[in-house]
Amino acid sequence: MLALESVGYTYAGAGRPALHDVNLELQDGEVVGLVGASEAGKTTLCLVASGLAPRSMGGTLTGRLMLDGVDAAPLAIHQLGERVGIAFASAATQLSGVSGTVYEEVAFGPMNLGLPASDVIARTDRALAALRIGELAGRDPAHLSGGQQQLVAIAGLVALGPAHLVLDEPTAQLDPAGTAMVAEALVRLAADGASILVAEHKTDLLAGICARVVALDAGRILIDGPAADVLGDPRLPELGVVAPAARRLRRAARDVGLPAATLARLEEALA
Amino acid sequence: MAGPAALAVVAVLLPAAVARVLRRLLRTSLLLSLPIAISALLINLFFFPGGATLLFSLGPVHASAEGLAFATEVLARILTISGAITLFYLTTPASELVLDLEHRGVSPRIAFVALASVQTVPAMVERAATITAAQRARGLDTEGSLWRRLRGVVPLAGPMLLGSIADVEERSMALEARGFTRPGRRTLLWWPPDSGRQRLARWLLVAAVPSLIVARAAGWLEWLG
Repeated sequence: MLALESVGYTYAGAGRPALHDVNLELQDGEVVGLVGASEAGKTTLCLVASGLAPRSMGGTLTGRLMLDGVDAAPLAIHQLGERVGIAFASAATQLSGVSGTVYEEVAFGPMNLGLPASDVIARTDRALAALRIGELAGRDPAHLSGGQQQLVAIAGLVALGPAHLVLDEPTAQLDPAGTAMVAEALVRLAADGASILVAEHKTDLLAGICARVVALDAGRILIDGPAADVLGDPRLPELGVVAPAARRLRRAARDVGLPAATLARLEEALA
Repeated sequence: MAGPAALAVVAVLLPAAVARVLRRLLRTSLLLSLPIAISALLINLFFFPGGATLLFSLGPVHASAEGLAFATEVLARILTISGAITLFYLTTPASELVLDLEHRGVSPRIAFVALASVQTVPAMVERAATITAAQRARGLDTEGSLWRRLRGVVPLAGPMLLGSIADVEERSMALEARGFTRPGRRTLLWWPPDSGRQRLARWLLVAAVPSLIVARAAGWLEWLG
């Protein structure tokens, strides 16, 4: 379980906190969506949940990040990588840039840990299999599609063996096919027991993969509940969050007073 | 002239032919050295001090045979140097070089910086092309006279610089999250094989450097020019 307990965070040099009193728990195998307008604190929450803030960027953290019941505060940044992995929007910047093949790229993290070569190979093979990108192993990561690169980046995190994954807009730069690839991979990883926090503007994606969604506003959790409830919450537009297309279509259909039979067929199609 | 030419044949052209990169080497090294070669040719041809034998005149400047001879020698040196650099680039994958350095005990961070710098160039070129296209789409004139082109650089520099800084920040966080800052040695899964013949060749090259310096100082290589 990954838990944030009464977490507040202020960036170095900032006058006010970017997060206030955030309490959030992710159970093993749970995919939690994180929505909110730009500047609502999604990225900051991801950085804190992954332990990169304040370790990598300074700033002041209040409250605690708990990983499987253990306070993460004493852990060094390289130790955190084995417990919680973080992926960002740009697949290209997450690749090491020094690997000639996807296999080497996925092995990069375990190699950094100084594990025996047999362990590095076993972890790399497992990660490639988990993301179902084994056929890309010999390819140059720089010459893959955006979706494939993002899968490679996630595989690189999975190879470190973390129980928790934090993804900050992992499909922001991907086309629909790439988005679908990542979504399927996340569902599979959660089925294998990983707890996953996904910050996204694409609520259609979250509706498809999340059991639970959290809405942030000005650094505070405003709504936290089942995905179906939160993504249908009438306050979402005020928070700068666009509801999933299916929900908007349903609402529009009701508003214009479509006949009951047509509405039923529409519901059937959207189900 | 004979010295640089002999060196070019022995140390650049023959190895390039053996490595089957001769055509690419000639094309790349010529392109690389063309601007400096043209300027060296013009300056030496027309402004060589003590040029006595007139070849032809272009307005107020006069080309001399001595200038042409010296320019040819300079050109041979430039082409030899650029050829040697190009040969290294064409025959040595950067990733293998870095792996080998790391295998020999060089810090992974130094090796990473060296390789990442090389690998970043294509990404920077791609980013510059994207920004240029975006600015053109918004009416920026990046073609035409030199002055227009120079003015066009300003709106490109900002996004290029800021985008690169943002990328570096995200890249460094991604590296940290993948254990790159862990103290101690990394595991290497493989490194380039090193044969006895390669080791012998390297030692011979190392030994050749002081030998050539001594031979040059003693005047034994005067016949090379």
